[in-house]
Amino acid sequence: MTTPADGPPLEDQIAQWRMYLRRRTAINDPDVDELEGHLRDQLAALTDAGLARDEAFLVAVKRMGNLDALSREFAREHSERLWKQLVITPAADEAGSSRRAEAIVVLSLAVAAALAVKAPALFGLRLSPDQEVPPFYFRNASLFVFPLLAVYFMWKRRWNAVSGLWLVLPFAAGAVFANVFPWETVAVDNAPKGRDTEVLTMLHLPIALWMAVGVAYVRGRWFDDGGRMNFVRFSGELAIYYVLIALGGGVLTLFTMMMFQAIDINAGWFVGPWLLPCGAAAAIIIGSWLVEAKQSVIENMAPVLTRLFTPLFTLLLLAFLATMAWTGSPINVKREVLIGFDLLLALVVGLVLYAASARDPQAPPDFFDGLQLLLVVSALVVDGVALAAIAARISEFGVTPNRVAALGENLILLGNLSWSAWLYACFLRHQGSFAALERWQVAYLPVYSAWAALVVVTFPPLFGYR
Amino acid sequence: MDMSKDLVAASATPLVLAILAEGDSYGYAIIKRVNELSGGHLRWTDGMLYPVLHRLERQGHVAAKWRESENGRKRKYYRITKAGRAQLATQQRQWRVVDDTLRGIWMKARTA
Repeated sequence: MTTPADGPPLEDQIAQWRMYLRRRTAINDPDVDELEGHLRDQLAALTDAGLARDEAFLVAVKRMGNLDALSREFAREHSERLWKQLVITPAADEAGSSRRAEAIVVLSLAVAAALAVKAPALFGLRLSPDQEVPPFYFRNASLFVFPLLAVYFMWKRRWNAVSGLWLVLPFAAGAVFANVFPWETVAVDNAPKGRDTEVLTMLHLPIALWMAVGVAYVRGRWFDDGGRMNFVRFSGELAIYYVLIALGGGVLTLFTMMMFQAIDINAGWFVGPWLLPCGAAAAIIIGSWLVEAKQSVIENMAPVLTRLFTPLFTLLLLAFLATMAWTGSPINVKREVLIGFDLLLALVVGLVLYAASARDPQAPPDFFDGLQLLLVVSALVVDGVALAAIAARISEFGVTPNRVAALGENLILLGNLSWSAWLYACFLRHQGSFAALERWQVAYLPVYSAWAALVVVTFPPLFGYR
Repeated sequence: MDMSKDLVAASATPLVLAILAEGDSYGYAIIKRVNELSGGHLRWTDGMLYPVLHRLERQGHVAAKWRESENGRKRKYYRITKAGRAQLATQQRQWRVVDDTLRGIWMKARTA
């Protein structure tokens, strides 16, 4: 028998048919093998009956049935596969060996992160269940894990070692500025308490170093906006996975305590100094791996939550403004009020960012975009009212590192949201594209890190390490 | 003759079980046997047989094993189990009732 001159050879056609089948989640590899066997038997019978090979192929595929109907039937019989795909099975086209290699790398890095948390104990900085955690651990929290996470992405994105060495710089700098300043440890009720600027370092260093992780994540695609947006998506998904893992870890911890209590053994020495810190560190690596493995499989959660909460937060802000206007009660400026409004603005920026991450930039404006603009504008108004109230009394407060940091952050977020509101308005009036808003958001990302780095580097000496 | 989908689906289980009761077999051969038995009147879409076989396997009515076939390829062979034979007997009784009932009313219609 000869292969006809026109059309691809039979084996290619079969391979292609196999590929179409394999894309259906409900049909797994053994099923495809079985169906291919059937197809080949059918082909053999048809060619024996005198059909040309390509005719036989057409007839055999036709008799096999419509792929959609077929995969529906398989899905009905194997409905569990539709779910497992979301939870366990990695992408189908990935080779088994590379999957295993990745699992080994990830598990090693997770163990390394857990050990990194325990390493300071070798130098006398112990974690113990009856004592407060030394501030050293909080200052360096991000340094235990983020470098290892960067290593994971460098391995995964196949960085070459030389350009990878540049990434050592931010982490080394972070380690220096987290530990070089002479904060005195104050003891309150025998428990060490961080100084103000020390606490600021604890809060800002992770934000600054997260950008270094981002550089490892995007690998040279930093200035393609898609790269940074992907990192934003990754960050959101990681946060969600991390919360889920933490919930599971909490249950594990409770059971550990409860069960050992039942036999009169206090497991506190294990849970406090070992299980919690090591688990918290390792979970970041594991969570990142899950996000990487799932990105093509599961619908991203962060945009879903954004859709859910954007209307609710808009409602809250409008109700707040309406109530304030109705009752005329001014904002009661207390110590923490500025930080509260910072968090509100950060949340609104997050909602805008994740709404943008899930949106098709080509699509025309819809109702949800109007809602976003309403959210941003009402957040701006609320923040403006709060800032005015604070400004009126700023002299009473005096300058403290916390207030300067909070004010700086407020202005940075305000800047972002004001321009976002403008871009949204242009977009809604069909005078601009959504892509401009997306570009603005990702272009703004380094500002957060730069400010955080500024706080870490300059605030302690500026405010005399208080 | 175009058979209704429901009827084809309903008859699939007893047919497959009955064919396997004749001896172990595999998908393609089962389809061929159905064709022979029905004189070509009962046409299944080939692929649809496999979800049926997998369901019977899950229910424990048949057992499956991958074996080398005569042409050297791997092939999944199905064998009827004890539970499958019991199921086949039940189905036979049920179909006989349907058959008898229909026959009864159609005979009456013809003689009336």
